Amino acid sequence: MSETLARTPLYDLHAELGGRLVPFAGWEMPVQYTGIIEEHMAVRKTAGLFDVSHMGEARIRGRDAAAFLDRIMTNELSTLKPGAARYTLMCQPDGGCVDDLIVYRFSETEFLICLNASNAPKDLAWMRSLIGTAKVEVLDECAAWAQLAIQGPLAEQILALTTALPLASIRRFGFLVGEVAGASGCVVSRTGYTGSAGFEIYLPAASATPVARALLAAGKPLGLIPAGLGARDSLRLEAGYPLYGHEISERISPIQAGLGWTVKFTKAQFIGREALRRQADGGPPSSVVMFSLDDRRIARQGAIVFAGDTAVGEVLSGTLSPVLNKPIGTALVAAGFTGSSELTVDIRGTRLPLHISVEPFVK
Amino acid sequence: MSQVPAHLRYTKEHEWIRLEADGTATIGITDHAQAALGDVTFVDLPKVGKSFAAGEVFGTVESVKAASDLYSPVSAEIVEANTGLNDTPDLVNREPYGGAWMIRVKLKNPAEAAQLLDAAAYSATL
Repeated sequence: MSETLARTPLYDLHAELGGRLVPFAGWEMPVQYTGIIEEHMAVRKTAGLFDVSHMGEARIRGRDAAAFLDRIMTNELSTLKPGAARYTLMCQPDGGCVDDLIVYRFSETEFLICLNASNAPKDLAWMRSLIGTAKVEVLDECAAWAQLAIQGPLAEQILALTTALPLASIRRFGFLVGEVAGASGCVVSRTGYTGSAGFEIYLPAASATPVARALLAAGKPLGLIPAGLGARDSLRLEAGYPLYGHEISERISPIQAGLGWTVKFTKAQFIGREALRRQADGGPPSSVVMFSLDDRRIARQGAIVFAGDTAVGEVLSGTLSPVLNKPIGTALVAAGFTGSSELTVDIRGTRLPLHISVEPFVK
Repeated sequence: MSQVPAHLRYTKEHEWIRLEADGTATIGITDHAQAALGDVTFVDLPKVGKSFAAGEVFGTVESVKAASDLYSPVSAEIVEANTGLNDTPDLVNREPYGGAWMIRVKLKNPAEAAQLLDAAAYSATL
């Protein structure tokens, strides 16, 4: 099994920095360096640097690129301006999710899409199968790009030490292309998956290590530390962001996941429109909720949610929130119970009250 | 490298046990185990008076990443549980062989202790 795991260009740096490498989505990735809680709190208070080079990239280009994306995605991409990015779902005809993605527009006819690592081959095949007669190319650029995420309240200050790009001019979900730490052709976007301020940097794979070293050196005096996938997961859960395979999947639609804002029914046609319209109008059979527990035990994926003695749902993700210092998570709960204050969750035979939260735990 | 004190005995499941002169023993998890778990957030320990067979699950240690069962190295009755870990579960990461001991037990079959690993044998499993 281990011989099939892919390595990012930063593999040697992870080992040098003491990262604990584990298999994740077919990649050998650092789950932590010094500790998940310490790395999590660094992102909330100073800054953390993540290697997210396992994420995939596809370039979509051609005369019909924008119309093609409008047809295969739930969000509207034809109205995106060059230099801006947008979050979207890509759905099956039955409304289940193929993947969630961020689409960056470079020009009228050229886009870059960020794909989940575990879904990249499936996404590329899916998109190519839908081209038909459209004048559009779907290019696999997964190996060409590395990705770094610098996240936290001091991220901008630190990144500014390594680039002349006017970072203050980049709005949320905006991006610029330019030089970072001497590496040209970097895409710097004000996006992230942590709920804290920060940037994601797409860079040529060969530039990954020198740029990461430059950022770590520049940021060290300000409290920047390398952060792993463990902190990335607890950060995104506190912020209420979905993770494919947990809150969204081929069986959990964007309407169920509370991502209806990404589904533009104003578009006359897109894949999944009819099924999603029915769910939005009639109410889905189950929905994703966020919850916290007044305990130290974490309710993890698969734990059963009860109303009285009736199973009404299951946990999709769970972790300890370092900011709240209590367990949080998400659950898929049957219609009629998503607003209940009487739910419990079974953790190894103990039923604990589950408190549903309509707001993310960190904003 | 993780610490493996020479004066303790061990299980392959990464518990340590210190045999006391009075026929009792103190049990915890090893430095290797705490490092593998990462930040410990909860330790679920049994009540005083409960009995466990050798190899039986006596509790759970939970980190941000995962929950792991704790296995009794010997057949024993609980005489004390370290309730201080309720408030400071992270002590398991800082002092796995000291303040973060988990249970004190009365051995039911002292002969079982001969089955446990010594420090060299345990180190060889890591």
